[in-house]
Amino acid sequence: MNITHSSARKLGLVSCQACHLLSRTPKTRSHEAAYCPRCGEELHPRKPNSLLRTWALVIAAMVFYVPANVLPMTITSALGSVSADTIMSGVIYFMQHGSWEIALVIFTASVFVPFLKFGILIYLLLSVQFKSIKRPKDRTRLYRFTEAIGRWSMLDIYVVTILVALVKLGFLADIEAGPAAIYFAAVVVTTMIAAESFDPRLIWDVVEDKS
Amino acid sequence: MHQIACHECDLIHEIPPMPSRAAAVCVRCGCVLFRAKNDSIDRTLAWTFAGLVLYSVAVSFPFLAMKNGPIGNETGLLTGIEFLYRQGMIPLAALVLLTCILIPLIQMLGLLYIFIPLKLNFRVKYAIPVFRLFKHIKPWSMMEIYMLGILVSIVKLGKMATIVPGLAVIAFGILIFVLNFALSAVDEHMVWEKLGGES
Repeated sequence: MNITHSSARKLGLVSCQACHLLSRTPKTRSHEAAYCPRCGEELHPRKPNSLLRTWALVIAAMVFYVPANVLPMTITSALGSVSADTIMSGVIYFMQHGSWEIALVIFTASVFVPFLKFGILIYLLLSVQFKSIKRPKDRTRLYRFTEAIGRWSMLDIYVVTILVALVKLGFLADIEAGPAAIYFAAVVVTTMIAAESFDPRLIWDVVEDKS
Repeated sequence: MHQIACHECDLIHEIPPMPSRAAAVCVRCGCVLFRAKNDSIDRTLAWTFAGLVLYSVAVSFPFLAMKNGPIGNETGLLTGIEFLYRQGMIPLAALVLLTCILIPLIQMLGLLYIFIPLKLNFRVKYAIPVFRLFKHIKPWSMMEIYMLGILVSIVKLGKMATIVPGLAVIAFGILIFVLNFALSAVDEHMVWEKLGGES
C-alpha cells in the first residue's frame, strides 16, 4: 500500500459516502447538487453543515434527556394501587434486591451511555471549532466509539415493550409504558443522528491546515 | 491499483490488488478502509437463507410465556408492539417494530435481491439504490439489544412468576448471530465494483 500523504480534499477529489468512489469535485453552482457517477448518492466533500447540525441534535437530545429520566418509564397497577417508576427508581430497586448486575446494565445503557455521548460529541465539536491539533487519532477513535455505543440506550425501551407484553390484565397486575419512554426513544434517535452528522474528517482538516 | 480516500480522515491510499481475507487499514487514523472477503457471494447467500428460516420461526411461534400457578399467558414477538400501539404510543411502537422486526427483514431481503443476481450473473433494476439503502439502515438494526432486554425482563419478573422461553426466542437468539455472519460476509467493495462496472 503506497501513501500519497495527501487528502482527497487537497487534490480536489471527493469520496462518495456510500460507495467510496473517488471523483473530481464537480464545478456546480453552490445550490446545485452533485451525484456519485457510480451509485448516485449525493456528493459532498464534507457532510453538509456538519457542526451546526450536530450541535442542534446534541442540544435537542439533552433537552429530551431530562424528561426521559424524570418522568415515569413504567406505570404499574396492582390490586388497586398504582406506582410509577422512573429509570433511577428501577435501578435502585434492582440494587436493593440483590441484582446489582442488572442495575448496572440498566444504569449504563440508559443513564451513562447517553451522558457519555453528549460529553464526547461536545468535546469533539469544541475541539474542531477551536481548531485543536492535539491527538487527532485519539479523537477519531473517540468518534468511532460514540458511533458504536449509542444504540445500546434502546435497552430500556425494549424492556418496557417486553414487560407490557408479558404482564397483562388478569395477572393481578398491569403495566403500561410511561411518558418517559417516548422521550427516551427521542434521545436515542437524536443522538444516533447527531453522531452520524458529525464529520470526523473535520478533525484532520484542521491538522492539515495548520501544518 | 486504485485509489481510495479514508472515510474518517480523507487521506488517499493507493490499493494494490488485495489477497483474500486481508484488510486495508488507514495509515493515519487506523480506520479499516475495506476488507477483502473469501467466497463472499456464496457465504452471504447461505447465511441469509438460514436467517430467513429463523426469522419466520421467530415471528410465528410463541415467544415468551409467563406462568403463575394455574394461570399463564403466552406472547409473540409482536405482542409488546401491539400493546404499545393500543396504549396510543404509536411512535414508540413504530420504532420498536422498525428496529427489531422490519429492518432485519429488509436487510435480508435486500441481500437476496443483490446477491442472487450476482451469483447467477444477471442484472436487476434498482440493485444500486437497494444496496445503498442496505448500507444506510445498518446502524438501525438492534436485535442484539432486544435480546439483552429479554434477559433483563426475565430477571425483573422472575420473582413474581416463572418465565418460559418459547421456540421463537431461541430462533431469535440464533438469528442475531446468523444475520451478523451474513453481514460480515458481504464484500462491499466487490459489490460496488460489480454493480457499478456493469452500468
